[in-house]
Amino acid sequence: MRVGYYPGCSLQGSGREYSESLLAVAEKCGIVLEEINDWNCCGASAAHSLNHDLSVALPARTLALAEKQGLEQILVPCAACFSRLATAQQELVSSEPMRSKISDYLEMPVKGSARILTVFEFLQEHIFPVADQYIVNKLNHKTACYYGCLLSRPKDLTRLEYPEDPMEMEAVMEKAGATPIDWAFKTECCGAGLSVSRTDIVAKLSAKIVEDAVSRGAESIVVACPMCQMNLDLRRKEINKQMDQGSDIPVMFVTQALGLSMGLSADKLGLNRHFVSTGKVVSCVGRKEV
Amino acid sequence: MAETFEPKIVAFVCNWCTYAGADLAGTSRTKYATNVRIIRFPCTGRIDFMLLIKAFQNGADGIIVSGCHPNDCHYTSGNFHARRRWMVFKSLLDFMGFPTDRITFSWVSAAEGKKWAELVNETTDSVRALGPFTEYKNLDFTQFNQIDHEGIAEKSR
Amino acid sequence: MARIGVFICHCGENISATVDVEKVARLAGKLSGVAYSVDYKYMCSDPGQTLIVDAIKEHKLTGIVVGACSPRMHEGTFRKAAEKAGINPYFCEMANIREHCSWVHPKSDETTRKALDIVRTMVEKVKNDTALFPIKVPVTKTALVIGGGIAGIQAALDIANAGHQVIMVEKTPSIGGHMSQLSETFPTLDCSQCILTPRMVEVAQHPNITLHTFAEVENVSGFIGNFDVNIRLKAKSVDFSKCTGCGSCWQKCPAKKIPDEFNAGMSFRTAIYTPFPQAVPNKPVIDRANCTWFTKGGKCGICAKICPTGAIDYTVQDEIINVKVGAIVTATGFDIKHSDFFPEYGYGKHPDIIDGLQFERLASASGPTGGEIRRPSDGKVPETVVFLACAGSRDKAKGIEYCSKICCMYTAKHAMLYKHKNHHGKAHVFYMDIRSAGKSYDEFVRRAIEEDDVNYIRGRVSRIYEKNGKLMVVGVDTLLNAKPVTIEADMVVLATAVIANEDAESVAQKLHISYDKHKFFAEAHPKLKPVETNTAGITLAGACQSAKDIPETVAQASAAAAKTIILFSGSEMTREPVVATVNRSAAPVFTTCTGCFLCQEVCPYQAIEREEIRDRAGNLLMNAAKVNAGLCQGCGTCVAMCRNKSIDLQGFSNQQMLSEVMGLLNAPFE
Repeated sequence: MRVGYYPGCSLQGSGREYSESLLAVAEKCGIVLEEINDWNCCGASAAHSLNHDLSVALPARTLALAEKQGLEQILVPCAACFSRLATAQQELVSSEPMRSKISDYLEMPVKGSARILTVFEFLQEHIFPVADQYIVNKLNHKTACYYGCLLSRPKDLTRLEYPEDPMEMEAVMEKAGATPIDWAFKTECCGAGLSVSRTDIVAKLSAKIVEDAVSRGAESIVVACPMCQMNLDLRRKEINKQMDQGSDIPVMFVTQALGLSMGLSADKLGLNRHFVSTGKVVSCVGRKEV
Repeated sequence: MAETFEPKIVAFVCNWCTYAGADLAGTSRTKYATNVRIIRFPCTGRIDFMLLIKAFQNGADGIIVSGCHPNDCHYTSGNFHARRRWMVFKSLLDFMGFPTDRITFSWVSAAEGKKWAELVNETTDSVRALGPFTEYKNLDFTQFNQIDHEGIAEKSR
Repeated sequence: MARIGVFICHCGENISATVDVEKVARLAGKLSGVAYSVDYKYMCSDPGQTLIVDAIKEHKLTGIVVGACSPRMHEGTFRKAAEKAGINPYFCEMANIREHCSWVHPKSDETTRKALDIVRTMVEKVKNDTALFPIKVPVTKTALVIGGGIAGIQAALDIANAGHQVIMVEKTPSIGGHMSQLSETFPTLDCSQCILTPRMVEVAQHPNITLHTFAEVENVSGFIGNFDVNIRLKAKSVDFSKCTGCGSCWQKCPAKKIPDEFNAGMSFRTAIYTPFPQAVPNKPVIDRANCTWFTKGGKCGICAKICPTGAIDYTVQDEIINVKVGAIVTATGFDIKHSDFFPEYGYGKHPDIIDGLQFERLASASGPTGGEIRRPSDGKVPETVVFLACAGSRDKAKGIEYCSKICCMYTAKHAMLYKHKNHHGKAHVFYMDIRSAGKSYDEFVRRAIEEDDVNYIRGRVSRIYEKNGKLMVVGVDTLLNAKPVTIEADMVVLATAVIANEDAESVAQKLHISYDKHKFFAEAHPKLKPVETNTAGITLAGACQSAKDIPETVAQASAAAAKTIILFSGSEMTREPVVATVNRSAAPVFTTCTGCFLCQEVCPYQAIEREEIRDRAGNLLMNAAKVNAGLCQGCGTCVAMCRNKSIDLQGFSNQQMLSEVMGLLNAPFE
């Protein structure tokens, strides 16, 4: 089964580690991810705030290209890109006039027929069946799995089993030998795109998330969204100002965590490029269980 | 410029569920297309499907048959018989080349006034798109009437 | 030669606002067979009916069509008028130009044309009507009451006190229903069991009431006045004729960890049990699904050994009994949504987030904590309790868009009870609106706010999560400009939605009554027939029809009893003569029926019999079908089945239905 790959802008920019670690894990497990030729930006929040047709056309172009490439499944790891592509697909599929209008704009036929996978679905269906033979280390620490907004809403699109208390990321972390904790801020907003325009709000919201995770004994926060990673990691200085006692808890991508358990080096997974050092957590790997 | 064609829809409904559901649509003042005319039966089980053919023969463009939901028939099982009858009848009509998409078979309960209105609107729209049902009326019976039936019967004796 | 009269009603403005009634009357007068056609403002009124009666006499009309509301409204009224005028009432038909026309279409030529089409259809039917005469059937003057809660109890007592027999069936081991679980009732704060138990005892001791507890209705057949009901008496495993209710058995039963339904799952009971101390009957039954003797192949058996009268019998099986009743009162009650339904409130993970019924049990002196409000998790007294009104009701996203009616009142009650027992505690209520419309209801809520210092916050709660041993309730105060509010609570009570019982759908199907998408049973008319159903002889009482409080339930139960007593008031009942008949004629034909008896196979009421047709010498010529008019309900399935049309339905005959279709589609003029 060929799996298409749509990294999106963030995974080639500030969220580069997500893509690098994801591709490294896939390669280790023998899964080939075919990047969609000539893909374009999904439009993110800019497009859908300004022009409805544009917000559908941009992701639709990528879907059209994927169809041309003969791809039946597409993995979209970035939470925002997933939301945009899946929403556009729903519009194309449910309204024939819309689909035909968008096809006209694109000067390319688009059906919206490919299956768009969340990163959890990809890991569950393609990596899990073969992962056990590749997992050589246990992560040996307590982790808080953070989903944020777009991985859990709207619930019909994101398809989590328990949208208010998801366990899909926890399943991955358990496979990697970490101990996921039960905590209260799994799906609370980190501040999202306000990172630049209202960093104060991001600081307040993200501080609540970090504070809850740390107070319940988490030693790392694991995410699957490049925006969340940036807010919780890059903005740590501002976050620490909002907390009574600052925290140096590292924030990793779930694929980085999985890669560590598969024996891939911290360098290869981009763990040396975080703003908050991941050193403590990396050193837990492979240790006997405490 | 020809007027937009407005289909004639005849609805064969049961008294206890769909007729009451249509009443409820009325009591709730739910507006829907004017094209439908209801014929009341005590139960969909009472509906002789030859009446549907009669309706088409006399100018109906589309037909709705609607009764109580399965398991809710006021007379226990009438709607099951209607459903089975419809399945067999539909196969026959399909075989004959009859456009069975002009017949809508549905369940509307006495509490579903809104569903009745939606059913009427949807059926009216889809039958309007199919156009007037002229094929039946255009059948040439003169040929049939000129066949020497007696002669054929004699020969075969 | 038919002489039909057409009477078009304006219905005030209900019809005339969108239909040109004068035009319809005028054009109807030109139809073949119509001798007289007129329009009038209110046909169903006294002068309107006089108009009809006079017209029939003056113009020697043979049949009438009244173009007005739905026949479900006034067919009876106009048929009586026709009878008064001297013609058979079954020559009167109604053309529904209100519910099916004037109310659902805008004022236009098309609407008027449609009204005329409908009138013309019914004129054609009347031309083919035949005189029909009512059928008399005997009435069994016994009522079946399904459900032993306050609704069933009230209905049963009223019917029994009127001198008729009542059979009451209750599926749990005791009557009393949810009312027996309540601690105090609003607005008086009367002890619920104190006002209920005397009624329960009255039911048990009433000479006219036969009480079957731990029993369920298995199936129902027949029709009004003559229902045939099979009741499953579930195996109690205890012989009530020997049991004295001493209680030795459940005191010694080793299976002690079964969640207690009466205490809403907050305590445990034994496998052999009475649901609560005031149970009626006050004798235990064995819950076989959780009893060691039944689940582990004969082990234990302690109760049998210890019983002083030898009343335990493990071998007894369910018994099906058959009863004949004339009317059925459905009083099966309701259920509530439980806290594991709420994802934003933690999917039921935290034991201190409870629902309203569970709080009642905490507050009740006979409950698991002896009437003290204590946290289920650690038994401590909570210092801060938050009550969430509208937890799940009025919420399209949750699939429950209706209002559950009783929660505003019982939330105020709960907050007050908590404060009465814990003067220093803090009670907060998050609400959307306060619906306290009954007598003394609003004063009751004001009392909670003004005298008992309950803090009412207008806003909804978005999340509840646990932090450092406290429940963080995150909500908003919309009256303070949408200020976010987080309360650290020790206990949270959710006023969850009132929903239909899980088996409501199957009960409705057994009785052949309608129900809505929420599985509440459907009344015959929302305004004017709130206790009757569309199935003649079956009435509704209580929350099985829709959420309601105790005074309304009692009122509705008495109403249902009244309808039943009306039915029982005559010695026999007249039935509509819409029945099937198989044709018969003189020798040598006798009948066109070929004796295939397909009709008999499909008749739901076993109303078709075999009749032997014999010649003068007594030789059997053939078996033909014959309809028992007393049993036939007039569905007409047999008519559609008959291959050579030998059976026909009076009132909806083949000729009548054909003439309706032909009359509808062949308009003589546009």
